[in-house]
Amino acid sequence: MALNASLRTALLWELLTGMWLTLKYMFGPKVTLNYPFEKGPLSPRFRGEHALRRYPNGEERCIACKLCEAICPAQAITIEAEPRADGSRRTTRYDIDMTKCIYCGFCEEACPVDAIVEGPNFEFATETHDELLYNKDKLLANGDRWEPELAKRLEMNAPYR
Amino acid sequence: MAEFVDGYLLPGLWIVAKILMLAVPLLILMAFLTLAERRIIGAMQMRKGPNVVGPFGLLQPFADAVKLLFKETVVPTGSSPVVFFLAPMITFTLALLAWAVIPLDVGMVLSNVNVGILYLFAISSLGVYGIVMAGWASNSRYAFLGAMRSAAQMVSYEVSIGFVMISVLLTAGTLNLSELVEAQRGMWFFLPHFPMFIVFFISVLAETNRHPFDLPEAESELVAGFMTEYSSMAFALFFLGEYMNMIMMSGIVSILFLGGWLAPHEMLPGLSVLAPIFTWIPGVLWFFFKICFCLFVFIWVRATFPRYRYDQLMRLGWKVFLPLSLIWLVLTAGFLVYTGKLAQ
Repeated sequence: MALNASLRTALLWELLTGMWLTLKYMFGPKVTLNYPFEKGPLSPRFRGEHALRRYPNGEERCIACKLCEAICPAQAITIEAEPRADGSRRTTRYDIDMTKCIYCGFCEEACPVDAIVEGPNFEFATETHDELLYNKDKLLANGDRWEPELAKRLEMNAPYR
Repeated sequence: MAEFVDGYLLPGLWIVAKILMLAVPLLILMAFLTLAERRIIGAMQMRKGPNVVGPFGLLQPFADAVKLLFKETVVPTGSSPVVFFLAPMITFTLALLAWAVIPLDVGMVLSNVNVGILYLFAISSLGVYGIVMAGWASNSRYAFLGAMRSAAQMVSYEVSIGFVMISVLLTAGTLNLSELVEAQRGMWFFLPHFPMFIVFFISVLAETNRHPFDLPEAESELVAGFMTEYSSMAFALFFLGEYMNMIMMSGIVSILFLGGWLAPHEMLPGLSVLAPIFTWIPGVLWFFFKICFCLFVFIWVRATFPRYRYDQLMRLGWKVFLPLSLIWLVLTAGFLVYTGKLAQ
């Protein structure tokens, strides 16, 4: 037994089996995702870039209840509101500092009207800090851009909420 | 004037041209070696490796070079700048210097000196100076300790490398590298000296500070050894010096054990069918293939094995390889004397 073990050591048996393994893996399938060209699957609950949604008739959903602002643990949301000419309560300012945001998703859970949501988009890197200080226009534009997907995601997740 | 031109200027220019013809392909090979390493290790770890810059990532080395060139060179306070910048240059230059005597093909060598193998041994030993100087000139404790570690490592493994070289050159009966390759016609030395081939290759891994003996660098646990304080192009010179050293050592392994530029059909009778093709392929290419094979094994080993502990490294060098190569040297000499094949 001892002879066998020392023979194995002298012949570098373990080393050779190890090298054989790496050689096999070299020709095996690769698990790398060729990122910009192919992307991994996203859960419908994925918390990406924020968006403010509208009703199908074009009216914005947000009623300026400020629940999102209150619950935001990073205090990234700033809202100012006053009654509009037709008497409905709407925001005059809705800012999210995306560099403060921790993408916890509390805002969308707090929202009673599904106005603020976190969408599937995670590719919104910018070159300057200022571009990441989102205002209401930017968030509404995001909502218009991603609405089909946002609606689908909300529908898929509805049974679990 | 004519005498000056014919006697000195033209031969001088011819030598410079020959040096460039050797050095430029070597530098290109080195650039692509860095890419090959990342691609091969990537493949062995089920990744793809860099494949975006240029076709198959072929332009990646150049992108890296540009990145390093534009970085700021930080000179640590209290360092001695001259030695600090001399050290990486020495490391890099020494790796290129060895190619002066390495024959690429019959008669294709910059200087066919009769003590080529001694020259190689001397040059590869001088590599320690670059590291010690870097560690000392950085004026940093991490760099200093790293340099001590690497110096001890390189010096230890040089001993067994020396003994293995002696066994080989006893068999060949010459110190001239071209004659040494010719002596391997019919039987490359890695067959009769197989255990020493392995010992030599492992020692070469330690000598070039490669995995699994990369204690001088050990990125994951020991800061970066003697390179701690280096940045930008000075760092790049060390980094590239390591790859030049790998190529140089692969060249030496090919010359000593793998028959240099010789084609394999003379050794393996089964391959004699392919002899016309094999002889048609120039010797330089055979030499290149052998170097590439050695380099692949370098990378392969790196992808496979975990790092040695320092005491294990020293134990292997002094208590395993040194006695082994000494015994083998005595056996070789005894066998040669007994069969009367010892060169006079």
